[in-house]
Amino acid sequence: MFRPLDRVGIAARIARDIPEGWFVNLGIGIPTGVSDHVPIDREVIFHSENGVIGAGPAPAPDQVNPYLLNAGTQHITLRTGGSFVHHADSFAIARGGHLDLCVLGAFEVAENGDIANWARSPDEQVKQVGGAMDLAIGAKRLWVAMEHITKGHGGSRIRRACTYPLTAKAVVRRVYTDLAVLEVTPRGFLVLDMVDGMTREALQERSEAELHWT
Amino acid sequence: MIDKIVPDVTAALAGITDGAVILLAGFGNGMPETLVKGLIAGGAKDLTLVANSGGRDAGPTAEILASGQCRKLICSFVRPDSVAGRLFAAGKLELEIVPQGTLAERMRAAGAGIQAFYTPTGADTLLAEGRETRVINGRNCLLEYPLRGDVALIDAWEADRWGNLTHRESARNFNPVMAMAADLTIVQSRHIVPLGAIPPASVHTPGVFVHRVVHIPV
Repeated sequence: MFRPLDRVGIAARIARDIPEGWFVNLGIGIPTGVSDHVPIDREVIFHSENGVIGAGPAPAPDQVNPYLLNAGTQHITLRTGGSFVHHADSFAIARGGHLDLCVLGAFEVAENGDIANWARSPDEQVKQVGGAMDLAIGAKRLWVAMEHITKGHGGSRIRRACTYPLTAKAVVRRVYTDLAVLEVTPRGFLVLDMVDGMTREALQERSEAELHWT
Repeated sequence: MIDKIVPDVTAALAGITDGAVILLAGFGNGMPETLVKGLIAGGAKDLTLVANSGGRDAGPTAEILASGQCRKLICSFVRPDSVAGRLFAAGKLELEIVPQGTLAERMRAAGAGIQAFYTPTGADTLLAEGRETRVINGRNCLLEYPLRGDVALIDAWEADRWGNLTHRESARNFNPVMAMAADLTIVQSRHIVPLGAIPPASVHTPGVFVHRVVHIPV
């Protein structure tokens, strides 16, 4: 039997693959936890789209600076060497190809790299776009962190085509789920890694898109 | 002598008319809360509010929306369970959702005299429906126009009488870019300092973008 990763486990798995020197933006949800698993002596610079370059971990309760928040409006610290920019410059970083990596959460990813992460239906009246569309088109690499199947109806989030409204087209490079790591290739999803005990058959059963193994 | 310091909030907000487009800075912090309270007290109606988000159930954005003075909200996201979300659901508030980077860039463009720009952001999404797109360098791009305010409401840490500003840490956020994008830029500043006290290379928003400053100590 296999054991799926929990959300913290997915974040830790992603952190393993981020090398020293990368400039990285982490989205809200599972991705926010990734920085907790990058050791402090591995110099990875985290960007927060409200204008923080070099975002550090949460402060001790008696060290909170009310003027220093991340994009999820949580209190953070600034790493030595960090800096602040205004919002237009911060999104110039996001949109202008200056991020080595952005990790976003998603509802669905398609085998051509389409991502859907901001609305569950085209009729959804209240829209929650935030900075996702800017980050999705702008980073040098987009990785997605999400559960492989939905909690509700058990449908696969690994799709031939997205059923939810797109955030951006053909931009996802890699997907980290609770079951596997999948690379988006010209042929579709290539499985790079699976959790212990997972089989090819069981992973394919949980994926609506066809999986490739070599 | 140039002196942009005004004595109180009433003087700072004088002349805001019904129907004005109001740029409201802030992202979790760096929001000019006292100016928003003054805007509510002033009673201007039919406003278009431009802000990062629709806010929650409390705080300046929620308060100005709950006051019923805003006809329209332009922002990057609205929580369904918020004052803004409920007003929209009840048909009492128009909503224009703009990706956050496009929102900032549209205001930067307004401040910089750029008449339009193309960006891949949102080009392949529902937000592009019925709008002009064009393939540039192999990428599908969406045409965006500048977003100008009649008024910008700005928060600062320090200000001098020329209107030069500094902002604290991530409280900078939308403040410099909204300051450059409005016909009337009004600042509430925690500290007023003598001209020259802010080191020239440390000015975050130069006074050329600022029209009025009011001292709000706390």
